[in-house]
Amino acid sequence: MPAPLFTSVSSDAARQAFATKPRALADKVMSVAEAVRRFVHDGDYFCSGGFGSNRIPTAVLHEILRQGKQNLGFAGHTATHDFEVLCAGNRTGRGKTLAKVDISYVLGLEARGLSPHARRVIQSGELETVEWSNYALALRFTAAAMGVPFVPARSMQGTDTMAKSAAKPIACPFTGEKLVAIPALYPDVAAIHVHEADRFGNCRFVGTSVADIDLARAAKRLIITCERLVPHDRMRQNPHHTQIPFLCVDAVCEVPFGSYPGNMPGEYFSDEEHLRTWLTVEQDEAAFLKFLDEFVFGVPDFAAYLDKCGGLRRLQALRQREVLVGDAAQ
Amino acid sequence: MPFTPMELMICAAAGELDDGRTVAVGTGLPCAAAMLAQKTHAPNLVICFEAGGLAPLLPTMPISVGDSTTFHKAVLATSMTDVMQFCQRGMIDYTFLSGAQIDPFGNLNSTMIGTDYARPKVRLPGSGGANDLASFCWQTLIVMKHDAKKFVPRLDFLTTPGYLSGPGAREDAGLPANTGPHRVISDLAVMDFHPESKRMRVRSLHPGKTLAEVQTATGFELLVSESVNTTPEPTELQLSILRTQVDPGRYILGRAG
Repeated sequence: MPAPLFTSVSSDAARQAFATKPRALADKVMSVAEAVRRFVHDGDYFCSGGFGSNRIPTAVLHEILRQGKQNLGFAGHTATHDFEVLCAGNRTGRGKTLAKVDISYVLGLEARGLSPHARRVIQSGELETVEWSNYALALRFTAAAMGVPFVPARSMQGTDTMAKSAAKPIACPFTGEKLVAIPALYPDVAAIHVHEADRFGNCRFVGTSVADIDLARAAKRLIITCERLVPHDRMRQNPHHTQIPFLCVDAVCEVPFGSYPGNMPGEYFSDEEHLRTWLTVEQDEAAFLKFLDEFVFGVPDFAAYLDKCGGLRRLQALRQREVLVGDAAQ
Repeated sequence: MPFTPMELMICAAAGELDDGRTVAVGTGLPCAAAMLAQKTHAPNLVICFEAGGLAPLLPTMPISVGDSTTFHKAVLATSMTDVMQFCQRGMIDYTFLSGAQIDPFGNLNSTMIGTDYARPKVRLPGSGGANDLASFCWQTLIVMKHDAKKFVPRLDFLTTPGYLSGPGAREDAGLPANTGPHRVISDLAVMDFHPESKRMRVRSLHPGKTLAEVQTATGFELLVSESVNTTPEPTELQLSILRTQVDPGRYILGRAG
């Protein structure tokens, strides 16, 4: 049985959605709570920018849990702490935040080890899953950003990863070479964390872009969280630094330290102790519920979470770890 | 100078990387090996990371292949598709991978243990970039702890391509020609692949290890090279650089070999 496509790959269907996307240079600044309330709906296919524990929109992920969004689809594209957070909405007595997951990498936190709770969720069989490679899943956003139903690639061939994906073999019409058609992925909604945005949603960030340039263009709705709001005029002065234009964006939320406990290039390093706390506390289901009540469900917003995690003193230490790293090596 | 099995593996892995070449690495042992190579015999080795970092001057060992050290003083901080397309175009010479299981043809499993995909006995992270890197890079280097539960005749899930079912299978499947697994470096030995049969073959034994030990720790029959020699011991210079410059925090070196 071929693996399912969780979203339509039709370019014309996508054009219909983009046809109704607002074009106005309008003020989109709002709270994370309002953005999630307005733009994330039960059953949506959701994507999270960055790279698992680097430049991730943590505030949006927590808010999705707090608002109890249900039955989301998700692209697990080197999803590490982001997937771990969303999994906290499954098998914790609050229904089922995640229902369908396209997987290229989930439940591991790279060198830090595996998430026990994410593993419980996925091994329970309650998620519908489809396999991909990282490149294939990134290319799905490229195809969507291009407005075409698929793009060709050469990886995955000959493997079970291919057999359990929803990609299809094709022959090159010019050379006859065997290729893989990687289907477009148009998320209903995505959230991306950036360094700077203006009130209309023009964005710039530093460091690797991972898949976010394409993801921003592929998503039907886009929530931006930013370290800092900056004056619109500053974007106009350096248009070559803008990576995401306002046309793609539906909400702009200023969230200082918004990638915490993840790394934000040039701003602060990941909080390895706190990430270790998540992994450790998940080993015991009762302890994990208590932890979630204290750190996520029991706090009003992301700023309160930062306070619980050590506040300004902790963040200052993480900033020094990030910006002084070159000195330490000398 | 005494050394641990982990230090030997890192040094053996570093020795496979020639100067002036390009390598796509992940965190952990592969990154330590690439950093060591750069600080010893291969100063012009170009390191790249799948999240978008190209040719960084790594200040410390990265924790994530996307953290900010992976593009510290790099020449380019780009996208995952850009880095993967360097690989797909044939610009990246080596990649370094590992997995939960490996078979005689160097195929890797990092997806699941069990027989039912819908209800895995143990779910693992999945391909990540491994499938792409092993498909595209000219030579795949594999590092694994030697254990008959990991070196298996048949994988539970073929996540990442080695030589698939044998000679010619990669090309038949559509993968780029003249690519595939090159070395397997374990805590007991270094293996390569027989040029005709594409089956795993013992190339050198680590100091003090025997062929019988290696075969016992392997769940399938290993071929043996006509001239099996001994893996060179790490030099004092290698060990000193590894301990003081590559991993002073013993982030990798502190792990059991």
